[in-house]
Amino acid sequence: MQIKLWINNKEFSDDIAPDTILLDFLRAKGFYSVKRGCDTSNCGLCTVLLENRPILSCSTLAVRVDGMHVTTIEGLEKEAAEFGAFLADEGAEQCGFCSPGFIMSVLSMKNELKNPTENEIKKYLEGNLCRCTGYMGQLRAIKKYLSKEN
Amino acid sequence: MKAVNKNIRKKDAMSIVTGKPIYTDDIIPENCLIVKVLRSPHAHAIIEDIYTEKATIVPGIECILTHADVPKSRFTTAGQSYPEPSPYDRLILDKLIRCVGDPVAIVAGWDEKSVDKSLSLLKVKYKVLEPLLDFKDGKDNKIIVHPEENFKALIDIGSENKRNICASECFEFGNVEKELKKCSHIIEQTYHTKANHQTAMETFRTYTSMDAYGRLNVITSTQVPFHIRRILANALEIPKSKVRVIKPRIGGGFGSKQSAISEMFPAIVTWKTGKPAKMIYSRKESLTNGSPRHESELNIRLGSDENGIIKAIHMNTIWNAGAYGDHGPTTVGLAGHKAMTIYNSAKAFKFDYEVIYSNTMGAGAFRGYGATQGFFALESAINELAAKLEMDPTELRMKNMLTQTQVGNIMPTYYNEELKSCTLDKCLERAKAMIGWDEKYPARDMGNNKVRSVGVAVAMQGSGISDIDVGAVEIRLNDDGFYTLMIGATDMGTGCDTILSQIAADCLDCEMDNIIVHGVDTDLSPYDTGSYASSTTYITGMAVIKTCESLKKKIIAEGARLLDCSEENMNFDGQEVFSLKNENKKISLKDIANKGLIGMNNYLTASESHYSPTSPPPFMAGIVEIEVDMLTGKVDIIDYVAVVDCGTPINPNLARVQTEGGIVQGIGMTLYEDIIYDKSGRMINDSFLQYKIPTRIDAGNIRVEFESSYEPTGPFGAKSIGEIVINTPAPAIANAVYNATKVNIRTLPITGEKIVMGMIKNNITPLI
Amino acid sequence: MFTIDKYIVADNLQQAYELNQNRRNVIIGGMLWLKMGRKKIGTAIDLSSLGLNNIEEDEDNFKIGCMCTLRDIELHRGLNDCYPNLISKSVEHIVGVQLRNMATIGGSIYSRFGFSDVLTAFLSLDSYVELYKGGIVSMEEYAQMPLDNDILIRIVIKKDSRKTCYNSYRTSSSDLPVLTCSVSNIDNTWNVVLGARPQKPVITKINANSNPTDEEFNQIISQAINNSSFGTNYRGSKEYREILAHALIKRNLEAIISGGNYAN
Repeated sequence: MQIKLWINNKEFSDDIAPDTILLDFLRAKGFYSVKRGCDTSNCGLCTVLLENRPILSCSTLAVRVDGMHVTTIEGLEKEAAEFGAFLADEGAEQCGFCSPGFIMSVLSMKNELKNPTENEIKKYLEGNLCRCTGYMGQLRAIKKYLSKEN
Repeated sequence: MKAVNKNIRKKDAMSIVTGKPIYTDDIIPENCLIVKVLRSPHAHAIIEDIYTEKATIVPGIECILTHADVPKSRFTTAGQSYPEPSPYDRLILDKLIRCVGDPVAIVAGWDEKSVDKSLSLLKVKYKVLEPLLDFKDGKDNKIIVHPEENFKALIDIGSENKRNICASECFEFGNVEKELKKCSHIIEQTYHTKANHQTAMETFRTYTSMDAYGRLNVITSTQVPFHIRRILANALEIPKSKVRVIKPRIGGGFGSKQSAISEMFPAIVTWKTGKPAKMIYSRKESLTNGSPRHESELNIRLGSDENGIIKAIHMNTIWNAGAYGDHGPTTVGLAGHKAMTIYNSAKAFKFDYEVIYSNTMGAGAFRGYGATQGFFALESAINELAAKLEMDPTELRMKNMLTQTQVGNIMPTYYNEELKSCTLDKCLERAKAMIGWDEKYPARDMGNNKVRSVGVAVAMQGSGISDIDVGAVEIRLNDDGFYTLMIGATDMGTGCDTILSQIAADCLDCEMDNIIVHGVDTDLSPYDTGSYASSTTYITGMAVIKTCESLKKKIIAEGARLLDCSEENMNFDGQEVFSLKNENKKISLKDIANKGLIGMNNYLTASESHYSPTSPPPFMAGIVEIEVDMLTGKVDIIDYVAVVDCGTPINPNLARVQTEGGIVQGIGMTLYEDIIYDKSGRMINDSFLQYKIPTRIDAGNIRVEFESSYEPTGPFGAKSIGEIVINTPAPAIANAVYNATKVNIRTLPITGEKIVMGMIKNNITPLI
Repeated sequence: MFTIDKYIVADNLQQAYELNQNRRNVIIGGMLWLKMGRKKIGTAIDLSSLGLNNIEEDEDNFKIGCMCTLRDIELHRGLNDCYPNLISKSVEHIVGVQLRNMATIGGSIYSRFGFSDVLTAFLSLDSYVELYKGGIVSMEEYAQMPLDNDILIRIVIKKDSRKTCYNSYRTSSSDLPVLTCSVSNIDNTWNVVLGARPQKPVITKINANSNPTDEEFNQIISQAINNSSFGTNYRGSKEYREILAHALIKRNLEAIISGGNYAN
């Protein structure tokens, strides 16, 4: 099927099989930040923004985003580095395999929630699993990042 | 000191947080064979026939391999130093199936759809055998998991494969029976820990190709690149010189990647076809055929006098090897030798064990490496003893455990090593203060059927494997005076590339940016046993120090030579080599370095290796505050305080995150992580939908502090941190549950159901 | 691995309905469960362009289009003002925001899974499904109907003054529930819904004062438990589920009676 979409504001057209998964499509186009961590939509590693809302690219058909805008961390490098610096200063990126999806969720949370409480932060990000950090360093980084933004 | 003990960003941090392509599947060519494995639906069976005709003719299929196509000599996939203590009990593909998911055939093709189609067309005729699913029935069972004649143990581990015994041993110091007779209080209990998964976020994956020299090149997500070189050479029956292993950034390990899980399959495809190949494990495969923690049953006998002075400890253990013996004979040892050593003042110790084969998933290395199981049992028993003595469990520990004052003592259960550093008493005191133990112990009624309680445990681990682990380091001086730090230790996100650079920066008196470091390549990197056994900072860190010393001597010598003066009275401050006698005699490092790249002068490089005759234990105290819902038994983690003595933390941030991460893994293991099989031996909860690891809501609040001792044998006084941090949650939470409900849960995980049913059994009705 | 031969964005419901009569064809919602299966799908039918992704509110009803996501209902002010302890509470434990941005209410209700949080919640309301051929069917009836080839177009909730409360028990925060429980009270009727037993949610309707005596309070609990059967799976035993049912109903009742938020 013929599709046309925008990845990080750049237009892409392709002829793809209807069961092509968005995650695989993005990686095939060179957006290697997008990772697969499970087969059951549970880990959040593949999180990208679709029309500015976080979704799981592992569970999205590429044909379904025809005509839409997809954003990966490659398209938000400045913002990612800005928050990522706080993460790095906590040593909380660790193996980093979950970082792109996690950071996409953090950036999306910042747009969606105003002055979130600790509990609201945890709830918003619950769909992003991390096995290295125990989440505490991520939380410290988020709090510092958000307080700096204010 | 400039860099050591500082919170320095990891060298790869900004690449990681901006999503750069740095992991195995990001850096390999797209055009390669996709390798998948057909897995057995049966736990125990003999393959009688495999019909490959239809599967082979699917367009795009390059090859299908079965047991007839693979080498016939057995090997182990455990990543350990040769001769490995894990038995040689495996083939790449075997006619005899020993667990559900055992590989039956390897399919390689040019696209995933063709491979999937081919897999679905493979037909296998099995002779299904009765499986042995309960390891406790395994010894001398009529079902034999490893009947093969070419089963081989390279060293004496007490294995008898025809009796399903993978390994066995009995250790005794003093006379346990005699001492127990004199005890006024004895705890005799059985504890049961379950198999759980490391679940590194990056699943197992490997890419293989042939290089210009006809050698097998392997890019793989591993903790043990040098061991992988040997394992693949063994598996393929080829010379080790034919294999090159490269470790890029890896997405977590926690021990799971201390075994060769995915490596053999693309390797044999590439070796046979000459074509590049990759295998990416699905999450399901990683869960059904990974390398989980060994399930264990531990019987404890523990005796004290009426004052709570512990006299004797007996630990008896049965360990489930599962289908293969990887890490079985070694993990089991830590259960006793690490756990009992904390109570070093006891008069007598006994530790006897059997590691038993069964038709369940083969196990492997998981952070804590057996010590975790041992600490759950022994620390739980200590807490039960405190209850029996009507004594505060922290007080009981203060009377018995290793403390600062015991530095210099010999530890008979710890291979007669001498304790050279320990602040465990300070750790426990500090943890008590942090949580407010004296106000909160044992429990408080919060109303609405909620009770908050506290629980405690202490733990230790080692720092590397004494006399076995080796770390070699090479440092080169390059143009303008920057250094290349060459290591074979594997950063798996833990930050050892940065930590070892911090050590080098201090030794060479330079900025961190003046040192470059990169991933491991067995063709280029100096030998290192790999990142496991909490060894990297301690062992390879010392090798860095030695290498820096050696290089500094060469820099001074070369400086003196260029200045035409004697080496005596010359010094190096990181910037220049200068004479202490004549201030006009000096030359910059930059000049020495640049001259070194011209003939007549000397190119400077140094290499040293290090091993340690001891494995100094780090210590920690963990105290948890939980809230128990008395109606449902639900346990919520309110607060977890951990105080750690890891010697000098080289990078406190990274040490803290290790601690927090290990505690949350421990919380998962304690409260819900549990590999469950159905009656036929198939793992039921084989996805992240069913096998739940903690989310950030489950994790609760965690606070970490350090009470650093100074370990004289470690780099800048450092010991290890990576593994010890998983050892306290299970016994501490079990203790807190007891303090809230008076129910002792001795089988993990500690579910709400077990708690409520325990309360009912104790005639406490949960429905208040 | 599931496969799809053809993908069609339906132009109208009639077209979607006709396509859906072929057994190999499937209407795709969030596609989260579907993707995990091994189904070989002929045509995947997408209802995205039919304007069914809105929540409409008028004086008498909420009408939730089948393509609304769980996140839409979680955040919808009108719905959550009307049922403050119900709607968002019933979805907040479902994996994460990303998944709830995708999972559709149509897919969730159509599947009628035993462990469904949202089905449990909706059953305690005066709610209906609107089917393309079958017309308006009460949620209670729909819950028991076998899966068929009709199209669930929207969910209708008839507004009334009922008070509601939802609660579930999960071994870990984002796990599937061991038991779900929703309670509502209007006038002298108490509706107690128990799901993940592990079978489908069942509703028990009990006549009792909206400010029950202790005796009535206990009677509501025991009647609901007696009316629901419980089973065992690896998340929990029959006996434990019964204990959980007692606890969850009790807490929901207390929350409704006190008019406040229950303390989880």
